[in-house]
Amino acid sequence: MQKVLDHYNYWVCIILMMIGFYGVIAKTNLVKKALSLSLFQTGVLVFYISIGKIDGGTGPVLDPRNPEAIYSNPLPHALMLTAIVVGVATLSVAMAIIVNIRERYGTIDERDIEDMEHLAEE
Amino acid sequence: MELVHKNLPALIVVLPLCMGLITSIIGRRGLGWWLAMGTTSAVLAMSVQLLVNVLESGTQTVTYVMGSWPVPFGIGYVVDPLNAAVLLIVSMIATVVTLYARKSIASEIDPRRLHFFYALWLFCMTGLLGITITGDAFNLYVLLEISSLSTYTLVALGRNRNRRALTAAINYLVLGSIGANFYLLGIAYLYQVTGSLNIADIHHILTTQVFPTWSTDAPMYRTTVFVGFALMAVGLSLKLALFPLHGWLPNAYTYAPSSVSALLASTATKVGAYAFIRVLFTLVGVNFAFKLLHTDTVLMISAGAAILMGSWLAFRQTNIKKLLAYSSIGQIGYITLGFALGNVNGLTASVIHLFNHALTKGGMFMALGIVAYRTGHTRLQDLQGLGRKLPFTMAAFTAGGLGLIGVPLTAGFVSKWYLVSACFEQGRYEMAAIVLVGSLIALLYTWKVVEAIYFGKRPEDAPAIKEAPITMLVPTLLLAGASIYFGIDASTSSRIATAAAKFLLGVGP
Repeated sequence: MQKVLDHYNYWVCIILMMIGFYGVIAKTNLVKKALSLSLFQTGVLVFYISIGKIDGGTGPVLDPRNPEAIYSNPLPHALMLTAIVVGVATLSVAMAIIVNIRERYGTIDERDIEDMEHLAEE
Repeated sequence: MELVHKNLPALIVVLPLCMGLITSIIGRRGLGWWLAMGTTSAVLAMSVQLLVNVLESGTQTVTYVMGSWPVPFGIGYVVDPLNAAVLLIVSMIATVVTLYARKSIASEIDPRRLHFFYALWLFCMTGLLGITITGDAFNLYVLLEISSLSTYTLVALGRNRNRRALTAAINYLVLGSIGANFYLLGIAYLYQVTGSLNIADIHHILTTQVFPTWSTDAPMYRTTVFVGFALMAVGLSLKLALFPLHGWLPNAYTYAPSSVSALLASTATKVGAYAFIRVLFTLVGVNFAFKLLHTDTVLMISAGAAILMGSWLAFRQTNIKKLLAYSSIGQIGYITLGFALGNVNGLTASVIHLFNHALTKGGMFMALGIVAYRTGHTRLQDLQGLGRKLPFTMAAFTAGGLGLIGVPLTAGFVSKWYLVSACFEQGRYEMAAIVLVGSLIALLYTWKVVEAIYFGKRPEDAPAIKEAPITMLVPTLLLAGASIYFGIDASTSSRIATAAAKFLLGVGP
């Protein structure tokens, strides 16, 4: 039990990712789908951020008064700044396409769109 | 000039990126095309120069460090025979398709927004070239997303011809992002183990410090490396559209504008395949992936299924653009089979098929784009009897079709020859049989189209059409001609491909 609780950061990340993944697969509303995708991405961000942190670690600035200090690893955090930007860009492209879909189809529900396409084919 | 020469690996990525931004600002009134054309030609010249540099240098690699930060602390760009070849494929196809795109895209999107199209076009190139040249795992992710985001938008631009382009684009976006995030998560696992993001450095740490402990009683990070590799492999398979993760591809290629389909079919999946090869051979290494995890078996099953199912589904299509898209899934199967075999001939087959299929499929999509430009459709019944109306275009299409089957004297034959001999070398006779059955189905679906083109009758009441405009016809014939040329004289292409394969397997030049 202790072993499970010690790694709670990983649980948070896995649960977040799985909620997002479920949404991407199960939701038919495209906006919900795009938001689930964003949640999935956030799970990955949390994972990166948590692996850079050490218990009791301080900011990575060399402190001559305290040579024994433990530092957190800033690299994963810096990487995630880029990944956040990518996530925002993905979400905005998704929203732009969804707006277009709404204009052309009059709906943002995947099932309705499929029905319309089937009707058009017949 | 000296400055350009020294910074060649960086410029090849930076130039299209900057030009993309500039194009989106000042590219109005037809200037956009000139800027895009100039940039792609410059990139083509640079990649030819890089390939020459690499093949002439003793170590067969050219390394470039961004901002002089030494690797593994900074981002390093590494050019070796493999990615020099892929760079050449991407820039060459991009140049030819840009030439073609001018007329083609002007008929498909709002002319006032053409400069945005060319800006996205250049961003897409930035991403593809960057994925190919970078030696840094995280940088690869960022560039993957740059190319993907511009690709989603480019696909969605097909909305004026058919609104399904939009649903295809959102579907591609969702699956593509999931793939990219899997890849990103995989890097996190490997970063935890090695503390490095540089591909060569991760490989070095894994082989010298991590793998040796696995044969002892205290194996270090065994599960972590397994999971990390699995996540990366699945993520990249989605990008590469490897069966059964190919769901996004057929609709995206079918409903995208003609020139976008031509560019994507001949470069985007190729770069995905390249990234997969990179992860397999230079990140985790063959010993880990093939001998320990038996990834080769999984890949071969996927590849076999891709060849059979892709070709069969292609045969059943009546929209010819969709037929070509499904055929691409089959061709990705051949490429995957090549590197899954893991010997020199197999890898040579993979690399040479990257090149040959890019020429063949690019030419076919462009020929079909001309049909769409002239008739407005790409259904089988629209191609009836077009052999007389569009003789040159249809000749190019037929040449491509012969290449897909793998008829001797076409480029497709050369790749299949290497592939089948690699299968025999490894004793994989069943895979050789699948390759042959796949070619047979390719014969069926090509015949279906060719029959309609040359023996079908164009309806009496159909409007008269002329041969394609010269700026569309020349690039199409160029690629179709190249696919024949490299089938007759394969010495250059196979020399480069063999050099790449030998480099990957570390067996010397």
